[in-house]
Amino acid sequence: MTTEQHDSSVYEQIRATDRFQELRRRYRSWAFPMTVAFLVWYLLYVVLSAFARDFMAIKVLGNINVALIFGLLQFVSTFYISWAYARHSAAKLDPLADELRGEIEKVEK
Amino acid sequence: MSHTTLATVLFLLFVVGTLAITFWASRQNKTAADYYAGGRAFSAAQNGLAIGGDYMSAASFLGIAGLIALYGYDGFLYSIGFLVAWLVALLLVAELMRNSGKYTMADVLAFRMSPRPVRTAAGVSTIVVSIFYLLAQMVGAGALVGLLLGITSDSGKALTIVGVGILMIVYVVVGGMKGTTWVQIVKAVLLMGGATLVTLLVLGKYGFNVSNLLGTAAEQSGKGDSFLNAGQRYGTDAQGIWGKFDLISLGLALVLGTAGLPHILIRFYTVPTAKDARKSVLWGIGIIGTFYLLTLVLGFGAAAMVGSEAIRAENAAGNTAAPQLALAIGNAIFGDVGGTILLAVIAAVAFATILAVVAGLTLASSSSFAHDLYAHVFKRGNVTEKQEILVARISAFVIGAVAIGLGILAQAQNVAFLVALAFAIAASGNLPAILYSLFWKRFNTAGAVASIYGGLVSALVLVIFSPVVSGRPTSLIKDMDFHWFPMENPGLFSIPIGFLCGYIATRMSKEYNESKYAEMEVRSLTGVGAEKASTH
Repeated sequence: MTTEQHDSSVYEQIRATDRFQELRRRYRSWAFPMTVAFLVWYLLYVVLSAFARDFMAIKVLGNINVALIFGLLQFVSTFYISWAYARHSAAKLDPLADELRGEIEKVEK
Repeated sequence: MSHTTLATVLFLLFVVGTLAITFWASRQNKTAADYYAGGRAFSAAQNGLAIGGDYMSAASFLGIAGLIALYGYDGFLYSIGFLVAWLVALLLVAELMRNSGKYTMADVLAFRMSPRPVRTAAGVSTIVVSIFYLLAQMVGAGALVGLLLGITSDSGKALTIVGVGILMIVYVVVGGMKGTTWVQIVKAVLLMGGATLVTLLVLGKYGFNVSNLLGTAAEQSGKGDSFLNAGQRYGTDAQGIWGKFDLISLGLALVLGTAGLPHILIRFYTVPTAKDARKSVLWGIGIIGTFYLLTLVLGFGAAAMVGSEAIRAENAAGNTAAPQLALAIGNAIFGDVGGTILLAVIAAVAFATILAVVAGLTLASSSSFAHDLYAHVFKRGNVTEKQEILVARISAFVIGAVAIGLGILAQAQNVAFLVALAFAIAASGNLPAILYSLFWKRFNTAGAVASIYGGLVSALVLVIFSPVVSGRPTSLIKDMDFHWFPMENPGLFSIPIGFLCGYIATRMSKEYNESKYAEMEVRSLTGVGAEKASTH
C-alpha cells in the first residue's frame, strides 16, 4: 500500500538521462500530433454538419448520404487510431519504460 | 402475463443477482484500496466492460436512440462525439493517471501543488459534475417507469425512484468499487446483448439493407431526406447562426468532456498497471463504438417502425423510443407474445442501466468527498483508513438521498441533453487542469485552482443564463425570461475560459516545483512507485 518515497533529486537525475528523454520523446511525438489530427478531423466533421449541409446531403448510395459516411468514417478512424496507439506503445514505449522502471527499482533495494 | 409483470420479474432477477455479487464483494473489502479501487485487481477486459457499463448510460441508450428516432441524423452526431472522446482518454490521460494517482482525480492534480486548495477545487468540481450527471439519470428513471413498469401515478413514479435510489446506495455503501464494478460488467453484457438482438431483428426486417431502413425512417418521419442530415434539432434554420455555433459547442463539449468525468477517471485505478489501463480503454472503445453503431439502427428503426407521433405521445423527449421499438419489432416478427417479451427484456435492461450508472456516479462523488475533502482538506491527512471509508459510505448515503430528491423533482427533459451539460462542465472545469498538470512543467497551484473554478463557474453561469433555463417554451422555468446567452451548450466559451484561466493564473504566480514535476514525469511515464494491486 505504501508508496516508496524517493529522493526528489533522484527523479531529476533520471529525467536528465538520454534514455528517459528518448522515452518522453517517443511518447509525445506520437500522442500530441495524433491528438491534434483526430481533433481537427472531428471538428471538420462537426463544422461541415453545421455549415455545409448541402454538401453533407449529397446521396452516395441509395439513401446513404455524405453525412452518414463521414460519421461512419469517424468510427473507423477512432478504431484505427486506438489500434495504432496500442501497437506503437507495445513496440516503442513499454520495453523502454519497463527497462527504466526495473533499473530504478533495483537501485532502491 | 403482461409485459410489466415480466419486466418487473426480469429486473428483480438482475437486482437479486447483483445484490448477491455486492455482498460477496463486501466480504473482500478490507482496505481503502479495496473500497475505492476494487483492490486494483480487475483485468483489462473486466474493466473495459465496466467502462462500457459506466459510459453506456440511460442517456446513451435511451436518449440517443430517442434523439435519432425524433431528429434523425442529429442524434447520430452525439454518439460520434461520445466515441471520439475516448481517444483523448486513451492517448493523453488513462495511463499517466494510473501511474501517478491513487483513488481520485484530485490525486493527480494535487501531486505537485499545494494540496488543500487544489483538492478542494477538484472535489467541488467532481461533485458538481457527478450531480448533474446523476440528475440526468434520475430524470430518465422517472420518465420511463410509466411505459416500462406500467406505473403512471406520480406517487408510484416517486416510489420507483426511491426504490432505485435505495438499491444504488446499497451497491455503493456495501460493495464499494468492487461491487459497483461487477454491477457495471453484468449490466454491460446485458445491454450489449439486448441491443444486438433488437438491432439484428430490425436489420432482418429490412433485408439487411441499411439504405432501405433509412429511406423508410425518412419517409415515416414526415421530414423526408432532411431527416438524414444535420439540422433537425441543432442549428435549425429557425435558430439562425447561433444555432449552428451551438452545434459546434455541443460537439466540442462531447469530445473533450469524457476525459474529465470523475466516474470514468477512477476506473483507471481499478487495474494493476498502466498497461492494463490502456488495454481496458481499448476494450471500452471497442464495446462503446459497437454499441453506438447499434443505437444508430435502433434510432432509425424506431423512426421507421414506431413513428415520431407514437414516440412523442409516450414521451415528448423520445426517451422511450428504444423500448417502443422492441415492442413493435417483437410484435411484427413473433406476434403479441414476442413483442411483450422483447419489451420486457429491453425495459429491464434499461432499468439495470440506470441503476448501474447511478451507482458509479455516487461512488465517484462520495470517494472524492471522503478522500479529497474530508481526509485531506478538513483533517489535513490525519485520519485512519477506517474513518475515511466510513465517511465515504456516509457521503454515498447522502448523495444517494440528494439524487432521489432531484429525481423526483426533475422534469421531462431529454436525458442526452442533460448529460451534454455535464460533459460541458467536465470539459471546462476538469480537463484543462488535468492536461496542464500532466504536461505543462510550469503549471502551479494558482493555475490549477483558477482553471477548475474558472471553467466550472463559467459553464454554470452560461447555462443559467441560457435558453435551457429560461425564455423558451421548452425551458426549465417557463414563465420567466432572464436569458442573454444565445446557446444551449456553453462549451464553445467555457472550455477556452477554463484553459485561459489556468494559463494566466499560472503565469501570474511565481510558484513552481521543479523536482516534483520531475518526479511526476518519471513516475507517470515509467510507472515507478505506482500503486500496486492488493493481494488477498
